[in-house]
Amino acid sequence: MASKQRRLAGRTGSYALLTLLAFIVGFPLYIIFAGSLMSLKEITSVPPSLFPMHPIWSTFRDAFVGGNLGQYLAVSFFQSGIIVVGQVLTSILAAFAFAYIQFPWKRTIFVAMLATSMIPFEVTVTANLQTVAALGWSETMQGLVVPFLATGFGIFLLRQAFLQIPKEMHEAAVIDGYSSWKFMWRVAVPLARPSIAALAVFSFLGAWNQYLWPLLETGSNKNIQTIQMGIRGVGGQVSTANVSLAAAAIAVAPLLILLVFFQKHLVRSLTAGAVK
Amino acid sequence: MAKRTTSLPTAGVGVFRTKRDRRIGLALTLPSLALFLLFTYYPFFKNFQLALYRAAPFPTLPNKFVGPSQFFSIFSDAQFWDSVRSTVIFVGLVVPIGVFLGLLMAVAAHQRLKGIRVYRTIFSSTVVSSAAVAAVVFSTLLSPVSGYLPSIGIHAPDITSSATWAMPMVAIVSAWQFVGLAFIILTAGLQSLPDDLLEASRVDGASSWTRFWRIILPLLSPTVFFTLIVGVIYGLQSFGQIDIMIGTQNSTFTHTNVLIYAIYRFIHVSADPGMAASYSIALFFITLVVTLIQFRILEKRVHYGQ
Amino acid sequence: MSDLLLFRNNADFTKTLNFKMPASRYGDTDGSGLERCFMSKVEFRNVNKSFGDNQVLTNFELSVDDGEFLVLLGPSGCGKTTALRILAGLEDVSSGSVHIGDREVTSEEPKDRDIAMVFQSYALYPHMTVRKNVEFPLRNAGVSKDEIKSRVDQALQTVGLSDLGDRKPGQLSGGQRQRVALARAIVRRPKVFLMDEPLSNLDATLRQQTRADIAALQRTLGTTTLYVTHDQVEAMTMGTRIAVMYQGKLQQVGAPTDLYHRPANAFVASFLGNPGMNLIRGSVQGGAVRVAGSVVSTTNLADRSDVTIGVRAEDLRIGDAGFACEVVIVEDLGSEVHVVCQSAESDRIVIRQLSATTRPTVGQTVHLAIDGATHLFDAMTGERCEG
Ligand SMILES: Nc1ncnc2c1ncn2[C@@H]1O[C@H](COP(=O)(O)OP(=O)(O)OP(=O)(O)O)[C@@H](O)[C@H]1O
Ligand SMILES: [Mg+2]
Repeated sequence: MASKQRRLAGRTGSYALLTLLAFIVGFPLYIIFAGSLMSLKEITSVPPSLFPMHPIWSTFRDAFVGGNLGQYLAVSFFQSGIIVVGQVLTSILAAFAFAYIQFPWKRTIFVAMLATSMIPFEVTVTANLQTVAALGWSETMQGLVVPFLATGFGIFLLRQAFLQIPKEMHEAAVIDGYSSWKFMWRVAVPLARPSIAALAVFSFLGAWNQYLWPLLETGSNKNIQTIQMGIRGVGGQVSTANVSLAAAAIAVAPLLILLVFFQKHLVRSLTAGAVK
Repeated sequence: MAKRTTSLPTAGVGVFRTKRDRRIGLALTLPSLALFLLFTYYPFFKNFQLALYRAAPFPTLPNKFVGPSQFFSIFSDAQFWDSVRSTVIFVGLVVPIGVFLGLLMAVAAHQRLKGIRVYRTIFSSTVVSSAAVAAVVFSTLLSPVSGYLPSIGIHAPDITSSATWAMPMVAIVSAWQFVGLAFIILTAGLQSLPDDLLEASRVDGASSWTRFWRIILPLLSPTVFFTLIVGVIYGLQSFGQIDIMIGTQNSTFTHTNVLIYAIYRFIHVSADPGMAASYSIALFFITLVVTLIQFRILEKRVHYGQ
Repeated sequence: MSDLLLFRNNADFTKTLNFKMPASRYGDTDGSGLERCFMSKVEFRNVNKSFGDNQVLTNFELSVDDGEFLVLLGPSGCGKTTALRILAGLEDVSSGSVHIGDREVTSEEPKDRDIAMVFQSYALYPHMTVRKNVEFPLRNAGVSKDEIKSRVDQALQTVGLSDLGDRKPGQLSGGQRQRVALARAIVRRPKVFLMDEPLSNLDATLRQQTRADIAALQRTLGTTTLYVTHDQVEAMTMGTRIAVMYQGKLQQVGAPTDLYHRPANAFVASFLGNPGMNLIRGSVQGGAVRVAGSVVSTTNLADRSDVTIGVRAEDLRIGDAGFACEVVIVEDLGSEVHVVCQSAESDRIVIRQLSATTRPTVGQTVHLAIDGATHLFDAMTGERCEG
């Protein structure tokens, strides 16, 4: 039937467009992994190869041994982990207070906290470097993580989640004689788990990919440089292109795993505020 | 879970309100509050103080108080306007490319097809790429030696050191990074459109083209605006790809010396916190204006539709 | 201004129609009468549809005659909307075919099917004015500007919205929106109207009014219409015929009175009418229909030990003769009283009485006799037993 053919054509067209777009957007990511398995000769060949014909794994060894990637990775996991835990904790506490407790200056404090998201971190870098220096934290792990332990966005997100808990849950808890503290940990936090997970994934993504602050704060202390600094070190030189790509692959792999397994949470946090 | 509206009580109904609770409430906000005061508000206002001092010629000498003149002098400084111009060009490239591609992908992926989830994951994927990762892979891809440009017929010089190409190149890298986020936001917007409107337009005989221009785009416009704003703020903060791909040693840096990069250079290269603070203040006000526009649009959207 | 008022102002809704609408049913604007020749019969041929493991339509066979107003009726979740969407082309069939006129349209795009649909939510484009909404299908069809204007004017007048053309849907009441949706459907002069519970978002009074208006509109236009609802009052009052569905299967198709008086199976019997038909367990012995020993009716069916007896609530009498029941609820509705009883076999039985009659008290044991039609259904299959 003609209409059936037209439909088939339409579907084929859709797939063609999707595949073209996937190619444009996905190619660089693909090349990170494909290129990391190629020899230098293969990478620089003309025309360049698109697939590692003779995959070599030594690039990863070079990245770990020569590029000292193992240490960078460890630092990044530690730094990001602390930031995630810190942000989630401070956000839960503050968001719960804003959602469920009546206390003096509540509105003012709330507005002041939300307003922080209007001040980009980049704007405060100059003075923060001096503060951290004054605290004696220059080129230390404290300096790397402490400025990031609170987040206006997280407070907003979790307060929203707490407010969506049916009022009856709260009333039942009060009747059962729960204190606010007990209600928070026994009822509110478990019920807000999806939003907490969304915040955690979001924080991890942000912390792992931080660039400007680690660059300025860690200075010459190689022991606390993050994976992004590690990549910066191996750089984009052609002479080590495949090793650089291997390093990039290692840096991006945890996040790709995060994307595949926690896509729902990631999307949830990235679109909070985008659509009602 | 029951659908509840977003702006439930900040004060009033159903709250813990004993004296002990009041103290707990304040205590719970304390960690965040302290961190914000120390690492957001204090440095923010400190900028205004720092901007009053001129850096001494030698790091060991004390900085000299020069008053507000230093801050205002940047407006008659060609370098500042160069920086602003670079920033505008950069954002002006990143945002349209990112939003256009993101929209195209979101609309293309907004249909029931087998395997659509794989495409969605690929389209979202660039959101996880860091500036450094993006910089490394694009350096390789665009390099005249290891890259793919010659094989598709483009024989450009090493574009990292080309005055003409440096800016478009870093912009493309940033746009690529931004596409995933744009896709995710726009997809959420599309999914929140009532299905029956799109179905009604199919029954009403609209072609895909008409459907996009007359139904989808107008209904999605608030989300598109939102994505544009997010893109602008994203663009204003893009730093890593410029640092890695161009670097300060490279003479092309003057062409990609966006505000944030200029701030970095004042801190790191010329050790001039006064100028860094002055530029930061300018960057803040630019961001503020953009954010305010965003709030206006959000407000408008509340009254939109229904 | 209230909607009711508007409707009245627009006074003789149907008269306006008779007056304004073109003589031809099919938008035969050149007057040649040629277009009248083709029929816009609608047919589902053995359609099956499943979402994953969930079989929503099973061997669905239905045909709507040319110019007919057919109501698809069934409880929530039985697959009515799915059937309608399949006809509209918004959903694919798993197997089977769909025909409009003499054409198979199973895999055609909605826009090529020459149908118009009124959605339950109305699906008005919120960013377009009323006029733009109604114009939309015509513009897509490439109709000339002048003709668009005259047809839109006419459609808006037909539904009594001529003055509101410049408003956005957000500035209209529910009833007005509903009529914009109607205008958008009629303006195209399609072969078939599809309506999915178009009245369910209106309040009771408005619904009653609009019900009559839609039925009249359809009669005037003579456009084949498939109308989905789960409200049997709508079905009984609007449809030329009713198709009753249950769990994705067609149960019975026929004129409203046929369905009411000769239900094809126990489901249709209990679903139609308010209250639905009572279903009581009994037996047939030597031409006598018995419930718990006592004879309630006669039949020419062969003996069977188990049979389901269907009796309307108004056909039961409380008296000295008949089978015994215990009264559990007495509901006074003003004009009538519903007495709910429980039989020894624990069947629930509703009796409708006029208010004036003496009413039993809760807990009392009463005897019920049948004074009217008795329907017999197979106890296993629920199918009607024909004598
Ligand atoms: N897109 C879908 N995916 C999966 N299941 C669906 C989908 N659409 C409908 N169903 C299922 O198909 C069945 C029939 O749905 P349908 O909407 O046709 O019912 P309906 O008769 O219109 O009910 P109602 O009167 O409540 O509108 C339901 O069980 C529903 O859950
Ligand atoms: Mg339905």
